[in-house]
Amino acid sequence: MDLTVIWAFIIAFAVFAYVVMDGFDLGIGILFPTLKVGQGRDRAMNSIAPVWDGNETWLVLGGGGLFAAFPLAYAVVLPATYPLIIAMLLGLVFRGVAFEYRWRDPAHRPFWDAAFFGGSLVAAMAQGMTLGALLQGVEVVDRAYAGSWFDWLTPYTLLCGLGVVAGYALLGSTWLIWKLDGGAQKHARWLALRAAIATIVLMGAVSLYNIFLNAEYAERWLTAPEIYFAAPVPIITAIIAVSMLRAIGMDRNSKPFWLSIALFLFGMLGLGVTMWPYVVPPGLTIWDAAAPERSQVFMLVGVAITMPLIIAYTAWAYWVFRGKVSDEGYH
Amino acid sequence: MLDFLDALMLARIQFAFTVSFHFFFPAFSIGLASYLMVLEGLWLKTGRQIYLDLFKYWLKIFAIAFAMGVVSGIVMSYQFGTNWSVFSDVAGPVIGPLMAYEVLTAFFLEAGFLGVMLFGMNKVGKKLHFAATCMVALGTFVSAFWILSVNSWMQTPTGYEIAANGQFLPGPSWWDIVFNPSFPYRLVHTVMAAYLTTAFVVGGVGAWHLLKDSTNLHARKMFSMAMWMAAIVTPLQIFAGDMHGLNTLEHQPQKVMAMEGHFDSHPDGAPLILFGIPDSEAKTVRYAIQIPKLSSLILKHDLDAPMAGLDTIPDDEEPPVGVVFWSFRVMVGIGFAMLGIGAWSLLARWRRKLYDWPWLHRAALVMAPSGFVAVLAGWITTEVGRQPYVIYGLLRTADAASPLDAPAVAASLLAFIVVYFAVFGVGVWYILRLMGKVPHVGEVGVKRGDTGPIRTAGITPGPTQNPGHDEPLPADKEDV
Ligand code: HDD
Ligand code: HEM
Ligand code: HEM
Repeated sequence: MDLTVIWAFIIAFAVFAYVVMDGFDLGIGILFPTLKVGQGRDRAMNSIAPVWDGNETWLVLGGGGLFAAFPLAYAVVLPATYPLIIAMLLGLVFRGVAFEYRWRDPAHRPFWDAAFFGGSLVAAMAQGMTLGALLQGVEVVDRAYAGSWFDWLTPYTLLCGLGVVAGYALLGSTWLIWKLDGGAQKHARWLALRAAIATIVLMGAVSLYNIFLNAEYAERWLTAPEIYFAAPVPIITAIIAVSMLRAIGMDRNSKPFWLSIALFLFGMLGLGVTMWPYVVPPGLTIWDAAAPERSQVFMLVGVAITMPLIIAYTAWAYWVFRGKVSDEGYH
Repeated sequence: MLDFLDALMLARIQFAFTVSFHFFFPAFSIGLASYLMVLEGLWLKTGRQIYLDLFKYWLKIFAIAFAMGVVSGIVMSYQFGTNWSVFSDVAGPVIGPLMAYEVLTAFFLEAGFLGVMLFGMNKVGKKLHFAATCMVALGTFVSAFWILSVNSWMQTPTGYEIAANGQFLPGPSWWDIVFNPSFPYRLVHTVMAAYLTTAFVVGGVGAWHLLKDSTNLHARKMFSMAMWMAAIVTPLQIFAGDMHGLNTLEHQPQKVMAMEGHFDSHPDGAPLILFGIPDSEAKTVRYAIQIPKLSSLILKHDLDAPMAGLDTIPDDEEPPVGVVFWSFRVMVGIGFAMLGIGAWSLLARWRRKLYDWPWLHRAALVMAPSGFVAVLAGWITTEVGRQPYVIYGLLRTADAASPLDAPAVAASLLAFIVVYFAVFGVGVWYILRLMGKVPHVGEVGVKRGDTGPIRTAGITPGPTQNPGHDEPLPADKEDV
């Protein structure tokens, strides 16, 4: 396997880790208005306060890693989706400071709660639309973005945006099922069921749309021999979706959360099947955009040494704050 | 009239604006993380309550500053691609890996242990908690290491090759890239700058509370600690700055010419221009107050050494002299003012008046924000002095920008300005409010779910009426 392929997998892993981990933080933000003012919101916030910063760091690795391993892709995608990226960054600003500010200033807590919600929603929507803009294709001439201002705004990208919002809400609500108990947990189950249905419907819609979007994508999914490799993905996804719906309804604590992660994993695999080997469809393959070998090797050494450590201490931090969130929160 | 505001200029303003805002927070959090580490370490070693109180007092402030640093930093890591896409494509193979190392070795470390540092004291016990604090402090330093390596490489590029398509490629040795010629100087100078910035903030807060009650033991402790830093680190910083300048003279001579305001060459000893008004059109410094030959003495250690001026540089390679000239003087001026405070504090210690010399406290209060100004002025000197290049001598800023239209960049710039002033303005206000509270015995740390009224200074008993408060509490009664 060559280094470029390894790097494609590393970036994909970073993006997946980000989507799942910050996904439940953002999902809680998206669901925030439906949580009860007072204890309901405080506990939801407490359940992620110690880990959100670490979760968000995966976004920096995804972005910084893309810059380092596929500089041309980074240089093309960001100008192509400029307004989305700016919106996402500003959304993350509001969402991030709300964690501290809402405790510092009880008088303006409703305002910071609204900022937490708005920031999370905008960031999730922008991420989904960026994904959509990438999938529908980016025009590249002479190593630079050559499309027009509003290429990123189409019904398809909006659909992708909504899909990600729903998916994050699903992750957030299943996380809450795990971390809360009593009435709050019941409310989270109620939310999770709705989010799950929305996610499944939107995932299906985006997948179908993909097939009509681009003949090459359709060929991937619908002709032999590719279909033998591709077909298990939607089938397993469907099985996961059904067992997740059942787990949400039954008295399970952590199972819905793990299954919603599995759902995302298979969504991501599907995406991989669709895009491979392009990093910026339709023109740039991973090899076109890759950094030279010396850069790849240098960073690979770093990843090999640090990634196990990062995973270990991140797991430790989650372990420290395990269990249901108590009323008073962390002291 | 606004013609000069083309997409390029707007992108430059946007970068300068967002990075300046961002750097305010690291300048403070690098120093504060180390200060917290020292406080917690002293508490573990001596068991004295006062250190724990101070730790918790500053931890709350740290939490806010850090959050602002993180969110403004995320913006920075995407600025390269959004506004400087040509730069990203061309320089990505060299600087991208360094920034990836920063994420892997620094950002994860900070973020991973931050939760435990803020909320985990009761969950993991003292020793592990201290370890988490150390990791956060280490992370801030490692982060400075990598990002300054990147910036220094852009100032003094070494160890690269240029590919047929114009990309910069790494040469055989990454060592040559990471440890490029200006990096050691910039690292030392910037990290000490962060320590000084924090020391003066801590000192200012201590001074404020001493002015109101000079018997407050907590205020005394922080003021004393901060003044030791000021007295010891400022001279080192000035020395490091001088070395840094000599290094710059070697590698980026026209930057030094701009800093010094030397439009003309001086074949037999250049004067040190203290003040004056540089006029780039007429290529002269008006109303200059100068000391003959001193510049040659400082930069070449020889009164009569010849010094080349900007007349030896083609016009289209000259940096904007006015900005560089003034920002440099602001930084150096503040450096000497800091030196003055440090010396004054030593005198006060010697005369046993450190806590009872209101004029010293007033001066320290005025100087509280000076570190931020100096740091910003220093960066402006460095960055503007590098113009018109973004990779010195190799890639012009004008050739590095993204293919974006001015209205798109203008709109995002406007959004950044509005959001940053609003959001970070509020954050700074919260920080100031926390600093206004009197540090007291049994300080609470960062508390979640604590919806009760915030304790005001008024109901806190004065520390002196509370003898014996400096004793250690049993460990299990403490909460952070
Ligand atoms: C000398 C130090 C220094 C300098 C010059 C910069 N930073 Fe910074 N940065 C830090 C020192 C720092 C820090 C101390 O490590 C921060 C501040 C607060 C924090 O969370 O970490 C940080 C945070 C921070 C974060 C958030 C990390 C997280 O999620 O925890 C990002 C993405 C960046 N920075 C990126 C940048 C970029 C792209 C810069 C240049 C243009 C830059 N920083 C300049
Ligand atoms: C954190 C402290 C920093 C501050 C306050 C700062 C300040 C500035 C300023 C004022 C400019 C505008 C110069 C001009 O347009 O004339 C600028 C430009 C620039 N700086 Fe920095 N800088 C900082 C750190 C960095 C770092 C660490 C990097 C690299 C990683 C960097 C890369 C750049 C680039 C790419 C530009 C190009 C835009 C331009 O030249 O106008 N800066 N910076
Ligand atoms: C009076 C003594 C000082 C001298 C002679 C001095 C010298 C210098 C020089 C020559 C540079 C530009 C280097 C270059 O661009 O290549 C610089 C940059 C800088 N200075 Fe200073 N400085 C002094 C005091 C300070 C103080 C007190 C602070 C902050 C507390 C500070 C913070 C900075 C920063 C953050 C930079 C930009 C980063 C860098 O290039 O190192 N300086 N200084």
